[in-house]
Amino acid sequence: MSAEAVRVSTRRPPRALFLHQLRSEQLVFWRSREAAFFIFLFPLLLFLLLGSVYSGHYQGVPIVWAVLAGLVGYGCANTAFAGLAIQLVLRRESGILKRLRSTPLPPATYIAALLASTLAVFALQTIGLFLLGRALYGTPFPPDVASFVVTIVIGAAVFAALGTATASMIRSAEGSSAVVNFILLPMAFLSGAFGPTKGYPAVLRAIGDVLPLTYFVKLVNAVYLHGHAVWSQPEALAVLAAWGLAGLIFTIFKFRWEPRER
Amino acid sequence: MHAIEVSGLRKAYGSLEAVREVDFTIEEGEVFGLLGPNGAGKTTTVEILEGYRKRDAGEVRVLGHDPERPGPEFRERIGVVLQQSEMWPNLTVQETHATFAGYYRAPRDVDEVIALVGLREKADARVKTLSGGQKRRLDLGIALVGDPDLVFLDEPTTGFDPQARRAAWEMIRSLRSLGKTVLLTTHYLDEAEQLSDRVAVMREGRIVRVGTPRELTTTDLQTEIRYRQDGEEVVLRTDEPTRVLAELTSAAVARGEELDALQVRRPSLEEVYLALTADEEDSTAEVQA
Repeated sequence: MSAEAVRVSTRRPPRALFLHQLRSEQLVFWRSREAAFFIFLFPLLLFLLLGSVYSGHYQGVPIVWAVLAGLVGYGCANTAFAGLAIQLVLRRESGILKRLRSTPLPPATYIAALLASTLAVFALQTIGLFLLGRALYGTPFPPDVASFVVTIVIGAAVFAALGTATASMIRSAEGSSAVVNFILLPMAFLSGAFGPTKGYPAVLRAIGDVLPLTYFVKLVNAVYLHGHAVWSQPEALAVLAAWGLAGLIFTIFKFRWEPRER
Repeated sequence: MHAIEVSGLRKAYGSLEAVREVDFTIEEGEVFGLLGPNGAGKTTTVEILEGYRKRDAGEVRVLGHDPERPGPEFRERIGVVLQQSEMWPNLTVQETHATFAGYYRAPRDVDEVIALVGLREKADARVKTLSGGQKRRLDLGIALVGDPDLVFLDEPTTGFDPQARRAAWEMIRSLRSLGKTVLLTTHYLDEAEQLSDRVAVMREGRIVRVGTPRELTTTDLQTEIRYRQDGEEVVLRTDEPTRVLAELTSAAVARGEELDALQVRRPSLEEVYLALTADEEDSTAEVQA
């Protein structure tokens, strides 16, 4: 037998492994009531609440449109950043990641499937937000769907990189959701995901000006509210790329598969 | 071919030398027990063989691979039960096995493995509802579902009640009858004695003795002869039990006496183990007592 033949026959093909793991990830996600509620449903519930309290216009569009855009931003941070970080810490500390390392599933395939699964949840959530908005508040669908899809994928990628970096920083499972929410909620307020920050004190706005979510919300606003192409926002894209890259580099150097020594 | 070959293995964590100069080989189809107290270096040794840790020095071959740079088929052929690990709490036993089966090119039948580890009635139960012993059997099931040639079991029965332990032993024996090679770490002596073809006793990062359970108990400590004379217990320890016993009994027969409560016993593995792993002064005391 040639070396090539041996290699082909000794492992399941990468695509089959990827699809198998993607299915498992989806099963694991939807089986967990906590994940399904706090990660998937929570932004939709917030939309129900905020959509019914705000009225009037903002930046020349009905304010409920802006609420929807902000919640797409919040949903992205909630799913790809917070949800992913907490899940990864729990799996690392319970030994699941370590156990998976001794199987033939390649680490890159595992990460790819986990990210694809996270993106799928976020995409479904975004579709849910638009359907809910359409049905209850008359919000339109994105004018340029292609640009909007690209926006969503960029956001998911940047926040997933920050999620894995944060997971690498958190040392124990007990504190993980507290730490993550301590980052997520102030970030959501300061970045304008829950409404305009114009009335905030200057120091808070200055903090907001460096947060990745601020620029993602700007990007969603530009593409959704004003019909701009995603590439027309170089500043937002550059800041997001910098955050994403920082998260990725931190992850590459600090990510661990094994629980802390006990 | 050897399933595992280790020579001159060393590993330190900072200033702590966890493994200092370890050598052993395990044959294909053998059940090999690595025995020793906590902190003796068992888990570090096993995790180096599994590919989790890098060694500082020494040669290691596992199924012909260097576990630090394994070929693609290495992980197809090993099964691992870690000392501590949990699985996704909301998947069922069946789904967990099916998930792991999907990682392997030629897995075993999932339902068959679930039955083998005794979880058939729990197949549709979520993992979080299992007892500690059942979770451990799940760990064993997912280690076997890829149909490995070599199985690492790191303290597989810790926390089991005696009945669950016997059941796990049966499973491990059935692995041997399937021709699997098993590396078992344990701090239960009876477990090592019951299951292993050979046992290595580790202490402070070194293997202090290796052999079959019988070899360890016949070569390491003297045979004990006990009897009662004038209401007092007499204990003799000897390397030549046949000669000593013959002299003792022929003398008694010549005197027309009966040796009350006469016993001849080999030391148990436990006694050998305690002597090997105790501090030097203690071990002398133990042997001489």
